Amino acid sequence: MPTVSMTVNGKQVSADVEARTLLVEFIREHLDLTGTHVGCDTSQCGACVVHLDGRSVKSCTMLALEADGAEVTTIESLSNGVELHPMQAAFKEHHGLQCGFCTPGVVMSVLDLVSRNPDPSEAEVRDWLEGNLCRCTGYHNIIKSVQAGAAAMGG
Amino acid sequence: MENFEFHGPSTLDQALAAMGAAEDGKFMAGGQSLLPVMKLELAAPSDVISLAGIEALRGIEADGTTVTIGSAVTHAEVHESEAVRQAIPALADMAGGIGDPQVRNRGTIGGAVAHADPAADYPAALVGLGATVVTDRREISAEDFFQGMFDTPLEDDEIITAVRFPVPERAAYAKFANQASGYAIAGVMVASGDAGIRVAVTGAGSCVFRVTAMEEALAADFSAAALQGIAVDSGDLISEPDASAEYRAHLVSVMARRAVEACG
Ligand SMILES: Cc1cc2nc3c(=O)[nH]c(=O)nc-3n(C[C@H](O)[C@H](O)[C@H](O)COP(=O)(O)OP(=O)(O)OC[C@H]3O[C@@H](n4cnc5c(N)ncnc54)[C@H](O)[C@@H]3O)c2cc1C
Repeated sequence: MPTVSMTVNGKQVSADVEARTLLVEFIREHLDLTGTHVGCDTSQCGACVVHLDGRSVKSCTMLALEADGAEVTTIESLSNGVELHPMQAAFKEHHGLQCGFCTPGVVMSVLDLVSRNPDPSEAEVRDWLEGNLCRCTGYHNIIKSVQAGAAAMGG
Repeated sequence: MENFEFHGPSTLDQALAAMGAAEDGKFMAGGQSLLPVMKLELAAPSDVISLAGIEALRGIEADGTTVTIGSAVTHAEVHESEAVRQAIPALADMAGGIGDPQVRNRGTIGGAVAHADPAADYPAALVGLGATVVTDRREISAEDFFQGMFDTPLEDDEIITAVRFPVPERAAYAKFANQASGYAIAGVMVASGDAGIRVAVTGAGSCVFRVTAMEEALAADFSAAALQGIAVDSGDLISEPDASAEYRAHLVSVMARRAVEACG
């Protein structure tokens, strides 16, 4: 089996995997980082969004081997276990989630937006969230959370 | 998804050699079309040869009259490129309207062109702007390249290396997107320049096509008003439960007028 090596949340990891192993399977099943979710498995829903070398990607639509040598960041990297990241705190404060299934992907997605656009407008947030489906909240509070989170991050 | 052998070549020659040695190999660029197809087991290649690590397929060059985009350049990179925005803003805008940010961060121009999805955006841009598809062995004009639904003249072992666009005097793209996927139900690129005046339509038919009647009307009077009353024949268009052929024909006229207006 081919060997894949990458940095995940700052830690160097390496494993032998089948070539068909998806990045999300590697993250969840080999690294036990189960915060990254699989919703649709058809590249639509965005529950599996992680960062690859600083850009958000759908980890269900990438092979683990394609991330060889890359730097991957997942939802687990955000909080130190005591304090929430300002974006996570904003989602809590503004009821940006109900069941929470899509939330890790949404948060990772919007952190990519905020890194390029520290103070996004409502329209910009809505447009950016094209690739994240939430079946509970109707997005209204998600948008509020993102704008509050961006502001708290200093935007 | 069936298992396969994975190759990560760093040169074109290595990629071609891996393909030559494979029983049933497939190139992969961003994987945003190929992986979904493989997950559905509509494709089960013996070997997947990634083009992502080949430096020669990256990079954007602009020289005032042409813009050449390496095949492994992502939609996000085209969208964000200052050089593309300066030369062909319609192309930068179009790339920014493909799918969603995550798809744009992985999906590439070469992959989109090779895949030739009838609802994809790039076919309209290539035909509308009069682009040339450059491969490892030849050059093919966009109009000869898109032959039908998922149908191109590419050989199984042929690699698109770049797409070359002439810089138009003016151009704009207007798309009516499928709510769920972002793909075009009807997308129209209108351009005028050395390649003449062109109106290229994607999404509505089984393959990108030009609307000569609209092109002639615009040649006489480049205005949205000149398109009034000109429609495409719905008999040639795709009909689906969420968008009938008649609806698509209507959308083509509306998108064409919007694109002309956006040309300014
Ligand atoms: C949720 C979602 C929404 C989308 N929405 C849109 C949309 O709105 N508009 C749109 O246009 N597209 C859309 N797409 C498709 C997207 O643009 C794909 O990225 C693109 O069609 C394929 O590019 P890729 O680099 O991912 O190619 P891959 O998936 O890697 O490859 C696709 C095909 O092209 C071949 N190939 C790739 N590169 C080359 C090359 N250099 N030379 C020869 N053959 C090659 C492969 O062998 C394969 O057959 C969407 C995709 C998804 C998942």
